[in-house]
Amino acid sequence: MLAKRIIPCLDVRDGQVVKGVQFRNHELIGDILPLAKRYAEIGADELVFYDITASSDGRTVDKSWVERVAREIDIPFTVAGGIRTLAHGRELLSMGADKLSINSPALMNPELINEMVDEFGQQCVVIGIDSYFNADSGEYEVHQFTGDESKSRRSQWQTKDWVNEVIARGAGEIVLNCMNQDGVRKGYDVEQLASIRRHCSVPLIASGGAGAINHFTNVFKQADVDGALAASVFHKNIIAMAELKQQLIDEGIAIRPIEQGVL
Amino acid sequence: MKIVIVDTECANLTSVKFAIERLGYQPVITDDEAIIGAADRVILPGVGTAAAAMRNLQRKQLIEPIKALTQPTLGICLGMQLMTAHSEEGDVECLGLIPAQTKRMQVGDRPLPHMGWNNVCATNTNPLLDNDTEPYCYFVHSYAVAKDDYTIATCDYGDTFAAMIRKDNFIGAQFHPERSGAVGRAMLKRFLENAL
Repeated sequence: MLAKRIIPCLDVRDGQVVKGVQFRNHELIGDILPLAKRYAEIGADELVFYDITASSDGRTVDKSWVERVAREIDIPFTVAGGIRTLAHGRELLSMGADKLSINSPALMNPELINEMVDEFGQQCVVIGIDSYFNADSGEYEVHQFTGDESKSRRSQWQTKDWVNEVIARGAGEIVLNCMNQDGVRKGYDVEQLASIRRHCSVPLIASGGAGAINHFTNVFKQADVDGALAASVFHKNIIAMAELKQQLIDEGIAIRPIEQGVL
Repeated sequence: MKIVIVDTECANLTSVKFAIERLGYQPVITDDEAIIGAADRVILPGVGTAAAAMRNLQRKQLIEPIKALTQPTLGICLGMQLMTAHSEEGDVECLGLIPAQTKRMQVGDRPLPHMGWNNVCATNTNPLLDNDTEPYCYFVHSYAVAKDDYTIATCDYGDTFAAMIRKDNFIGAQFHPERSGAVGRAMLKRFLENAL
């Protein structure tokens, strides 16, 4: 049975792992490589490296850490942040990244999604969506440039429409970052994720809000997402991977057990 | 031991190379017919589309040399699908090393691509995986090979499909051993070190 994926997310800034609250006020967590290796060893199913400065700064960032990560770990990983061109995507894949996640550049140039899919295949192309619930309008809005507070702004898209658009353009997976929940550890936005799930024909990954083991249980059982992404609960050892996976297994959720190092 | 990774110009060449290096070997990525032919083990990696990969092999004039290989050869993901006779993806003739067909997966209302870790059930004739553990392996694909006489491992997603196939010296794996943790590591080690 296809297992639900537990995906630690490492926000990268200037080659270091950082973590902010609601995309702001970033604090230093540590070096990339030891963290990546540790997560692979303790049973993470996949990793996402999110270069949060790249899109908003408009600069080309040193990505040599991608190859160092690929040399060391034997689980899949995605690189996100500031991927604007086919050449840049090709370079990251050739360094050993398994998937590319595109967010703001896809909003600026949706055709980039088609080009990436044609060039690298659907399986490589993940679309990250920062979705903000506007309590005044009652709408879910897609935001862009969220890596930098001063540049973060709403796009023209409502979340459901953008999901449909990127799927039509060939996206292979969607990571839905629910901004209102991000970093505050009060639980995933199960309602929004369940609503998006109903018309999302590609794998859907929940992001934003994980704070306790039952948040994972809820998002898998109630929103039927394919994976759940989390950062601070893992970085700060609030949740132990072994305990999380065992409890999800006990709840009857399909989960890859932690390997014992034997076939 | 000479290990060659065929340069299909597909995206996962590097991760396959690193996985072999982690086992203590120095693989060569090449499209040189002579070097491929002289290898002890050949790996045919691949992601992307069957039509694009076959075009690359055609342009590099590697189709006949690959067909002529007699040493153990492992096709990974699209590399396995290229070993079959035909792929629906782009309606393309493949290498025909194993008389099987690659078709679009029929998964009902489940998401496609089939992406993530799924149980692999090996037959007792499988030389690379144990048949009593049903280990989780990492898959990313939307096309698959139907289960048939050449199947040496199966997987279920909507329908049962071939997770591994074999004919003579040619072995294919639909999942990515280079990204399948300890299970994949052990499988690649057996491919390199066991008599096959």
